[in-house]
Amino acid sequence: MVWSRRDFLKIAVASTGVGIIGGTQVDKLLGLGRKPEDKPVYVPTVCEMCFWRCGVIAKVVNGKVVKLDGHPEHPQSRGKLCARGHGGIGLLYDPDRLKHPLIRVGERGEGKFKKASWDEAFNYVAEKMLKIKETYGPEAMALFTHGTISTYFVHLLWAYGSPNLGMPSYALCRGARDIAFKLTFGSPVGNPERVDLKNSKVIVLIGFHIGENAHNSMCQEFTEALGNGATVIVVDPRFSTVASKAKYWLPIKPATDLALLLAWINVIINEGLYDKEYVAKYTVGFEKLAEAVKEYTPQWAEKETEIPAGLIIETARIMGKNKPSVVIHPGRHTAWYEDNTQRIRAIAILTALLGAYGRPGGIYLPPKNPLTGYDLSDFCGVPYPEHQKPEINKGPYPFTEEEGVIPEIIKATLTENPYPIKGWLITGTNLIKSTPNQRDTIEAIKKLDLVVTVDMMPFDHVLYADVVLPECTYLERYDDIFEVKERSIGLALRQPVVNPMYDTKPGWWIAKELGIRLGLKDYFPYQDFEDYLKAKCQVLGISFEELKQKGYIEIPDTANPYLDGTSEVKFKTPSGKIELYSKQLEEAGFPPIPQYTKHEEPPQGYFRLLYGRVPVHTFSRTTNNPSLWELMKENAAWVNAKVAKKLGLKNGDYVVLVNQDGVKSNRVKIKVTERIRPDCVYVPHGFGSFSPMLKRAYLNGADDQQLITRYAVDPVSGSVGMRVNFVKIEKA
Amino acid sequence: MPRYVMVIDVEKCIGCMACVIACKKENGVADGYFRTRVVEEARGEFPYLRMELRSELCNHCEIAPCIDACPTRASHRAKDGTVQIDHKKCIGCKACILACPYDARYIRPDGTADKCTFCQHRIKEGKKPACVETCLGKSRIFGDLDDPESDVAKLLKRYEAAVRLEWAGTKPRVFYINKKFPGGF
Ligand code: SF4
Ligand code: SF4
Ligand code: SF4
Repeated sequence: MVWSRRDFLKIAVASTGVGIIGGTQVDKLLGLGRKPEDKPVYVPTVCEMCFWRCGVIAKVVNGKVVKLDGHPEHPQSRGKLCARGHGGIGLLYDPDRLKHPLIRVGERGEGKFKKASWDEAFNYVAEKMLKIKETYGPEAMALFTHGTISTYFVHLLWAYGSPNLGMPSYALCRGARDIAFKLTFGSPVGNPERVDLKNSKVIVLIGFHIGENAHNSMCQEFTEALGNGATVIVVDPRFSTVASKAKYWLPIKPATDLALLLAWINVIINEGLYDKEYVAKYTVGFEKLAEAVKEYTPQWAEKETEIPAGLIIETARIMGKNKPSVVIHPGRHTAWYEDNTQRIRAIAILTALLGAYGRPGGIYLPPKNPLTGYDLSDFCGVPYPEHQKPEINKGPYPFTEEEGVIPEIIKATLTENPYPIKGWLITGTNLIKSTPNQRDTIEAIKKLDLVVTVDMMPFDHVLYADVVLPECTYLERYDDIFEVKERSIGLALRQPVVNPMYDTKPGWWIAKELGIRLGLKDYFPYQDFEDYLKAKCQVLGISFEELKQKGYIEIPDTANPYLDGTSEVKFKTPSGKIELYSKQLEEAGFPPIPQYTKHEEPPQGYFRLLYGRVPVHTFSRTTNNPSLWELMKENAAWVNAKVAKKLGLKNGDYVVLVNQDGVKSNRVKIKVTERIRPDCVYVPHGFGSFSPMLKRAYLNGADDQQLITRYAVDPVSGSVGMRVNFVKIEKA
Repeated sequence: MPRYVMVIDVEKCIGCMACVIACKKENGVADGYFRTRVVEEARGEFPYLRMELRSELCNHCEIAPCIDACPTRASHRAKDGTVQIDHKKCIGCKACILACPYDARYIRPDGTADKCTFCQHRIKEGKKPACVETCLGKSRIFGDLDDPESDVAKLLKRYEAAVRLEWAGTKPRVFYINKKFPGGF
């Protein structure tokens, strides 16, 4: 695993040979008159500053990473990186990184630890985990996980015998969207989303803020479409960056998006703007849909949404006229209200009516002939033990997936119902900052026999850990091969660019070593991760060496962007068709066609709390990154100018936000702006860390999540609605 | 002498800030300083709003007051036509900073003046400036205006362009095009 400078040079030279690195590089490497130490070396790898996972070329000088650039061939980077991608260097060299294993000495939450060896730390954890298994059964261990490290820890959890895992990316983010698309089209919309933005003539964004949401290739394709003259329609209570690019900005009243969608469907059907041939050939349930949306007229929707009926009709016609090259973006973070799945179902239905699914400029199809994977469980060849108790992580929601519903696990931990949960493994997840109702989380932690965190940085939740295991950054490790599913399939390799700093270790190693001590040796039958990667490459029919040199290899003939009009298509739904009317939902007791319900409104003097992203940070986990912190040190709460005037507040004044349950935020600057409706307050997510070990992020800005004490649950998918909190503004 | 210019298509800037940090890393710009920035300007009243995102940097002016102001000739026009600073000659007198109407310069920790170089070291290798290379919006476009085949020449032929503070008479080489609202914001 240790990388010598010679290895770097070998890779650089080889890479030059295969054309990733420009030809001048060779000359430079061989250049006379320069000390060899000054020669830059270029190593391809994969970014993990967010889950988009772009290809990266790291420039290393004297064993130090000095620049990260986009991999020109990787379809998610296309030679470019977003600000966060460039900021990976800041993570690597952040002096506040977790440097060695820690064992708690104070109370949970106090953040008092003693330095430990890996052996001590593992023995501590293994002893407790074995005890929990013996006393309560393996199901009493839960795992919260995010990012690539999930690969290894989900494997470990399942090998140990517990189903109880929770990934914030499901119920707290894109879960409802994936379920809605599966119910309608038989497949989720993918990650990255299979939106054919670059060919779109009309792009409709419902609360989806491209630009602030800086996913690399998505931004690139969006601006390409802009340059080609695409019409952009943005529905958002806030004049977001992308709203400023739009021909139509619909400043919708929050929580009424489904009303607008249903009215659009109403117009598209009433005016005969749908793709009749497509609907006849590929869908079921059109008649019932037409009947069901009769009541949802634009005039009705105007009252709910505060968008003029004329504008609803006009925008619907633009979609109809430009079909099928219309993207109604299904969104990503869709955990807003109780109607998440039904709301996205309406997006899916609209997409189908416009014939845009599987058509240029709409949503392209999953690549064909997906590679049959070869993951850790195949590699070890030992089946996972069957668990004896019900899966708490799925809750009572019929369509939940195994990525689980985090609040269900927290609830069960608190109530010990249906059975006790006694240990939490938290890997790559800032549980405090990603999960609603922090008080519940902290109360639940108090009931546990064991709290283990594996992370790179001492985030808020780390303060509550019994044992802290420091993972090295993505620039210091191998990870499992990424199957890149864009328009076609490719394989990408994350490989170490520099040696792990301090006493940090890769996630795969941490899981393996812990596994061995838990008596699960058979599940980790490799010494080094390279053994596994090489074996996997063999199965996939590619050369490991080539993958290392190139960083990304495209698999030919896997592209499958559009429906082939001639052949019959079978969608993976029960009917084999696109289900406008969902029998599956009906049978589970839910409306088979989305129905509108009203949501609670803010009481007098309160505003609806909205949150979102800034382009230079990924959730809370980059707020301490020196490179990115420099670009944005704290967040600001957006308040409409007239409201601010009434409250006597000026731009830049510090305020506190107090929510409906009396929870007070940290002090936060206000941004007085016309760019938001008067009934909302908007706070960029992830700031206001209370971990004093994060020297830069500590108490900078307000934490939106802290104010999200309430949440709604979408009964279909278990997706959590977090835009149901109200705040008032007080002077700080 | 080539005439390197940057054309900024403001319609396509999505304010992602990739350019800002790519510049810092490429040029090892010291903590707390920036050679380029993205300015956000909103106008109007809810809900009738317009907003422009505009990246700004040294304009490599054709008539550069920073060069004229410099007593040591540290600020100079390089062979490739760009405006550069010879840090060995710079005495940190700040005359150029006062002379530059664009707030493009700063004093770096070693006491000398500093600013955007148009990534001169990259141009020499036939590469684009780092901010251009990484621009997610392809909003920043770079090239030699004297080459009629270059993207910049073609764009400036086709679209009306604006420069910042035209009244300053510096003849900037950074041009802004706005296809939706020609002539600027
Ligand atoms: S979108 Fe940005 S942060 Fe995310 S993987 Fe790509 S470069 Fe990295
Ligand atoms: S922008 Fe300022 S620093 Fe740059 S050339 Fe013009 S005057 Fe000089
Ligand atoms: S990288 Fe391009 S799109 Fe992003 S802020 Fe800079 S100029 Fe704008």
